[in-house]
Amino acid sequence: MATEILMPALSPTMEEGTLAKWLVKEGDTVASGDIIAEIETDKATMEFEAVDDGVIGKLLVAAGTEGVKVNTPIAVLLADGESAADAAPAPAAPKAEAAPVAAPAAAAAAPVAPKADTAPDWPAGTAMKTQTVREALRDAMAEEMRASDEVFVMGEEVAEYQGAYKITQGLLDEFGARRVIDTPITEHGFAGIGVGAAFGGLRPIVEFMTFNFAMQAIDHIINSAAKTLYMSGGQMGCPIVFRGPNGAAARVGAQHSQCYAAWYGQIPGLKVVMPYSAADAKGLLKQAIRDPNPVIFLENEILYGRSFDVPVLDDFTIPFGKAKIWREGTDVTIVSFGIGMTYALEAAERLEKDGISAEVIDLRTIRPMDTDAILASVMKTNRLVTVEEGFPQSSVGNYITSVVMERAFDYLDAPVINLTGKDVPMPYAANLEKLALVTTDEVVAAVHKVTYR
Amino acid sequence: MATRKSTTKSNVSAEELLSYYRDMLLIRRFEEKAGQLYGMGLIGGFCHLYIGQEAVVVGLEAAAKEGDKRVTSYRDHGHMLACGMDPKGVMAELTGREGGYSKGKGGSMHMFSKEKHFYGGHGIVGAQVPLGAGLAFSDKYKGNDNVTFTYFGDGAANQGQVYETYNMAMLWDLPVVFVIENNKYAMGTSVQRATKSPSLWERGAAYGITGEEVDGMDVLAVKAAGEKAVAHCRAGKGPYILEVMTYRYRGHSMSDPAKYRTRDEVQKMRTERDAIEHVRDLLLTGKHATEDDLKNIDKEIKAIVNDAAEFSKDSPEPALAELWTDIYA
Repeated sequence: MATEILMPALSPTMEEGTLAKWLVKEGDTVASGDIIAEIETDKATMEFEAVDDGVIGKLLVAAGTEGVKVNTPIAVLLADGESAADAAPAPAAPKAEAAPVAAPAAAAAAPVAPKADTAPDWPAGTAMKTQTVREALRDAMAEEMRASDEVFVMGEEVAEYQGAYKITQGLLDEFGARRVIDTPITEHGFAGIGVGAAFGGLRPIVEFMTFNFAMQAIDHIINSAAKTLYMSGGQMGCPIVFRGPNGAAARVGAQHSQCYAAWYGQIPGLKVVMPYSAADAKGLLKQAIRDPNPVIFLENEILYGRSFDVPVLDDFTIPFGKAKIWREGTDVTIVSFGIGMTYALEAAERLEKDGISAEVIDLRTIRPMDTDAILASVMKTNRLVTVEEGFPQSSVGNYITSVVMERAFDYLDAPVINLTGKDVPMPYAANLEKLALVTTDEVVAAVHKVTYR
Repeated sequence: MATRKSTTKSNVSAEELLSYYRDMLLIRRFEEKAGQLYGMGLIGGFCHLYIGQEAVVVGLEAAAKEGDKRVTSYRDHGHMLACGMDPKGVMAELTGREGGYSKGKGGSMHMFSKEKHFYGGHGIVGAQVPLGAGLAFSDKYKGNDNVTFTYFGDGAANQGQVYETYNMAMLWDLPVVFVIENNKYAMGTSVQRATKSPSLWERGAAYGITGEEVDGMDVLAVKAAGEKAVAHCRAGKGPYILEVMTYRYRGHSMSDPAKYRTRDEVQKMRTERDAIEHVRDLLLTGKHATEDDLKNIDKEIKAIVNDAAEFSKDSPEPALAELWTDIYA
C-alpha cells in the first residue's frame, strides 16, 4: 500500500514549516533512515528521514514551499511492486485528533461555614511530663524505629557524634550502625540516596544539619521526592522525612539563618510541618515517619532546649492539617507557627493587660494548612495578624491573607497585617540581627493597628 | 582495577542470539514509530529516541535476574522495553493517554513499573544516579542479593552528584552497577569538548571503584561485561562501573539540527557498527537462522509496534479529574 509522507512536526512548538529542499526525486529508492528532505522549522533547518523502505512515487509539495502545515502530505512512498499510479489522488490525511479543550471546573466555593477542629490531641486526664523539644524529637524517632525496621536515620554526625544538635543522642547505641548512619558531607548525594531508598520500600529519616544546607539537595526534595507519585500515575510513593533545624539561630549570619516554610509550602506533593511545642514535635514527627509521602519537618535550634508538657502515652500522634488554638480570644486572631509562636504568645499576654483579647493559632503544619481554623477565628474576631520569621515576599502570611480575602472578606474590619523577618539577608552584628527578626513588640503594635486601639 | 576491554564470546546459542535480535529490533522499530507519531503531532514536548544504543540495555538485561532494579535518565524507552514493560503502555504514555504507564501524566521522560522493577525515567540530568544507589541501599539493608543498574550518559558523568554517589556507594559497598552510556555527545557537546579526562569509567578509581570500558555496539560484549559487574556486586564487593561506548543515530531530542557532527560520521556508524546488523550477521553466517526466519521476526515486531501505536491513538486522554489525583498517597 502506498503510504503518504506527512509534513512532520520537528519541534515541540512547530505548526508549519518551509520545505527547503528535496534530497530525493521521484523514482528513487529509499531505506528507513535515509535523509529525504531539509525542512526549516521555527527553530532550525532539520534533516528529515524516511521512516520506511520504498520508492518515492510522487513529490506532492515543491521544494521552496513555505508555510506547509504539519501533517500535510508532502510525498508518496511506494512499497514493492506498486506504481506511481497507485499514488494518484492523495486522500485526506488523517488528522491528529484535536484535544478537547475543556477548562477544569473551578473549585466550587465551599458553601459550608468553616469550622475549626477543636478535638483534644490526647484524652483528658492524661498524665504529663516535662520534656525539651530535643528529647521529644529523639523519643519520636526511637519509638518509630522500635516499631518498624524499615525506619532508619541518615545524615551528617547523626551516629557517633550523637547529632550536631544532639537530636539523635543514644540512637546509635540502641539501633546500631545499620540504622543510624553517618554520611559524608554530601547533601545532594545523600538526599538522593534517601529518596532512592524510599522508592525501594524503606522509610528514611534524612537529617540535614540545617535546612540551609538542604538547598544543595533541593532538586531531590522537589523533583525526585515530591513529584514522582504524580509522574508515575500513583505507582511510586516516597515515604521519607527530611528534618533539621530551620530559620535563624543566633549570630550565625546570612547563609545559616533562613526560614524555608514558604519555599517548601509551595510544592504540591510535599507535606510541611513546623512544630512549636515539644508535644507537637513528638506527635507530628511520629506522624511524619508514618506518612506515605515526603515530609519536610522544620525544627528550630532555639526551641530545641525549651521545655513543655508532653503526654505520657505509649503512642500518640498529631494529625497533619489540624491547627492548635493556644489561646481563645475575641478581638483579634494571631496566626503563627514554629518559633513565631513565642512572639505571638508573649504579645497576647501583654495585650491582655491592655484589655485586648487575642486568639492565638499555631498552624503546626504549613501544608496541608488548616485554613478552616483560621477562617472560623477571623469570622469571630474580624481582624488578623500573621507572624513568621521568613522573608516578606510570597510569605506564608501572604497566602493566608489571600485565603481570608477570598473566603471571609466581608468579615474583615481592618486590613490584614503580615509580620515577617525583614527583607534583608541576616546581618551578623547583634543589634542589626535583632532588627532583622520579627519581635513581640511588632506583634503588639500590629494588633493595636488592626484593632484601632 | 580491571582495565581489559571486554571481548565477544563465541559460544552463544541460536536461541540467545535470536532473542537479542528480537529485543533490539523491537526497540528500534518502536522508536522509529515514536518519531513518526511525533511528526504527526500525536506525541508532544520532548522525545529522546534510543536508536543506535539498543545493544546496551539488551545486553545488560541479559545479565539481570528477577528482583534486580533499573533506573535511568529521560532517554528511557529502550530500557523499559528491554525489561519487559508493555510497548502499548509505553507508547500510550508518549501520546499522553489514559492507557499509558503513568496514565498520561508523566510523558516520555517519566514512566515507572514497580512490577518490572523499573524506577524511571528521570528528567534532571544525573539525578537518577543517587536514586539508583538508594535503591541498591534498600536491597542491601533488606539483606537480599539484588543489584540495581543505574544508567546515565557521558553528559551526566560531569555532574557533581555522580561523584558524591560514587563515594558513598563504595563507602557502604552498595550493590549498584553504574552504566555510563557514552554515546559521544551530551546533547550537542562532544565528550572531548566537555572534559580533559575522556575516559569516564577511570574516574571511579578516585573512589576505589572497579570498572571497565565496553563495546556497546556488540550485545555479547555488553552481556559479558554485565555478568562480570553483577557477580561483583552480588558477591558484596560494592559498586562497579561499565562505560559502554555506544552511538545515538538520531538527534538529542526531536528538534536537533545536528550541526555538531557530520552526516558521514553517523552514516559510518550505521553501516559499519550497527548492533542489530551485527547480530543479524552472526545469525546468518552461523546458519542459526535464514533470511526468511528474520523476515518473519521483522513482521512480528512490526505488528507489535503497530498494535502499540494503534493502542496509543485509541486510548482516551485522561479524565479531567486526573488533574487532581496522585498528588498524595
